[in-house]
Amino acid sequence: MIMKMNNLFVYCEIEDGIVADVSLELLTKGKSLAQQLGCKLEAIAIGSHLSGVEKQVFPYGVDKIHIFDDERLATYTSLPHTTILVKLFQKEAPQIALMGATCIGRDLGPRVSSALGSGLTADCTSLEIGDHEEKKENKIYKDLLYQIRPAFGGNIVATIINPECRPQMATVREGVMKKEVFSDQHIGEVVCHNVSEYVTEEDFAITVLDRHIEKSKCNIKGAQIVVAGGYGVGSKENFGLLQELAATIGGEVGASRAAVDAGFAEHERQIGQTGVTVRPKLYIACGISGQIQHIAGMQESSIIISVNNDPMAPINTIADYVITGTVEEVIPKMIKYYKKNSK
Amino acid sequence: MSLRIIVLAKQVPDTRNVGKDAMKADGTVNRAALPAIFNPEDLNALEQALRLKDKYPGSTITLLTMGPSRAADVIREGLFRGADNGYLLTDRAFAGADTLATSYALSKAIEKIGDFDLIVCGRQAIDGDTDQVGPQVAEKLNIPQVTYAEDILGAANGLIKIKRRLERGVEVVEGAMPLVVTVNGSAPACRPRNARLIQKYKHAKTVTERQADDTDYTELFSARPYLNLPEWSVADVSADVVQCGLSGSPTKVKKIENVVFQAKEHRSVEPTDDDINGLMKELIENHTIG
Repeated sequence: MIMKMNNLFVYCEIEDGIVADVSLELLTKGKSLAQQLGCKLEAIAIGSHLSGVEKQVFPYGVDKIHIFDDERLATYTSLPHTTILVKLFQKEAPQIALMGATCIGRDLGPRVSSALGSGLTADCTSLEIGDHEEKKENKIYKDLLYQIRPAFGGNIVATIINPECRPQMATVREGVMKKEVFSDQHIGEVVCHNVSEYVTEEDFAITVLDRHIEKSKCNIKGAQIVVAGGYGVGSKENFGLLQELAATIGGEVGASRAAVDAGFAEHERQIGQTGVTVRPKLYIACGISGQIQHIAGMQESSIIISVNNDPMAPINTIADYVITGTVEEVIPKMIKYYKKNSK
Repeated sequence: MSLRIIVLAKQVPDTRNVGKDAMKADGTVNRAALPAIFNPEDLNALEQALRLKDKYPGSTITLLTMGPSRAADVIREGLFRGADNGYLLTDRAFAGADTLATSYALSKAIEKIGDFDLIVCGRQAIDGDTDQVGPQVAEKLNIPQVTYAEDILGAANGLIKIKRRLERGVEVVEGAMPLVVTVNGSAPACRPRNARLIQKYKHAKTVTERQADDTDYTELFSARPYLNLPEWSVADVSADVVQCGLSGSPTKVKKIENVVFQAKEHRSVEPTDDDINGLMKELIENHTIG
């Protein structure tokens, strides 16, 4: 018999005292899953100078936050964070543990899952609760976490489950789940752990000698309008037209993987399964054929306009407006009209 | 100083060039229709190992791969580019492994290989995109890991210095060997095959491959033992069969679906001034833009 609470845990990434968006997105998703399961939502914060960090996460419905505050934990390294999670999970026996599919989550998650012998699914695009029947053994598993993710370069979608092992672990990319405040009034419990009871000197085997964060130049994820270009845009020069349109109507420039690989746009502008997920009010897809990988990252946009000289481009099937023409002829017309007619 | 380096490499279907026949009617992947290639980021990892070997003469590079018998291609590719030897971990009992069962099998093979200073592998394989095996192998061997490496800067006095490429910047870390390094696709591309090494290793074969072939290799292989590519089974690496393959995998695939997008009704707009002005007018009026 399992006597523990078996709650849902979210590992929070913290940079300069600020909880990362991806973690808040996971708390939002975690809260709704926890409500469905009838369990509590617990957050984990590991770092230094964390006083007050709970105020950032309580509005997202966190019932309990575990804080590990220590000077030595100022910069992330794999081992101390792994040791803390492994020991905490052994004590608390969570049924589900979620973390961001970031450089940190994808470094930490596999190591924790290996130490606990539990399963981990990377890069989930959807998380649901459901049952599973093992026909051969005539066994029914109730309320499992369905970890849904694209596989094989986005050509298939697989639903993964961990019937026997706990916690059921999953990572999710930034921007995939929606961040939404649960209640401004919500208050949870704060538990400050003694870090020395968890980590040992051997856990600090890796030293960070130098680290410089380059702040992101573009904010494509939060943009209300995205003007995105694909390989069909043809050149870096033509991408200039997209920049001009984006600047005119107040949007950001995005790109498909093919356009990034061709050097037309920077990697941080890549939209799709291996880039960022966006859901703007308006998405103008220029010269983008519409590979599944790309569509996965933009299909929830409210209005999609496709500008493509191929009327059969797959992206047209999900577009609201299809303009069959080239970027060079269409985009300048849009810029011209907007400049003349906006106040 | 010389280093003993193990490179983990995987043979993968080339998911970047998926044609129409890549999926079978039942929605499963038709692996036979996809060309099998050396996982791209594992090539970046091999290059990092080769650069260390150039820098520290006397260093050795051992390739380790797990897969069916045709995965011996990966070892030959590595030998053609400068690796010293390689092992193919192959057994039906390894089939159906998730990342955890894979990491377990690899860690047992690494224990059998013996002493090493460094394990390098690609950050992720393009067929799974999980980037889990590197950190999990490190955990199984109880040694540290450095992920997202872009450049292994150098080693001295048992310490190794590595530059990492993260989402929004770079980080330089240092740690004591042995450790596991996973290499990013942003690291330098692998050098091409070397003509002399192709000549040397073109007949390198596993026992299975030799048996499938009519030629009598006995003389050749006794004269040049380096042409024999060892194959290891579950028993050869003293692995617990329950922890391998499907039975050793906590994650199960519940279902697989083809990706189908809901087609929407769309309005066609001609690339004429009138049509585009009309569209822009509509977007401004309904406050989509402006």
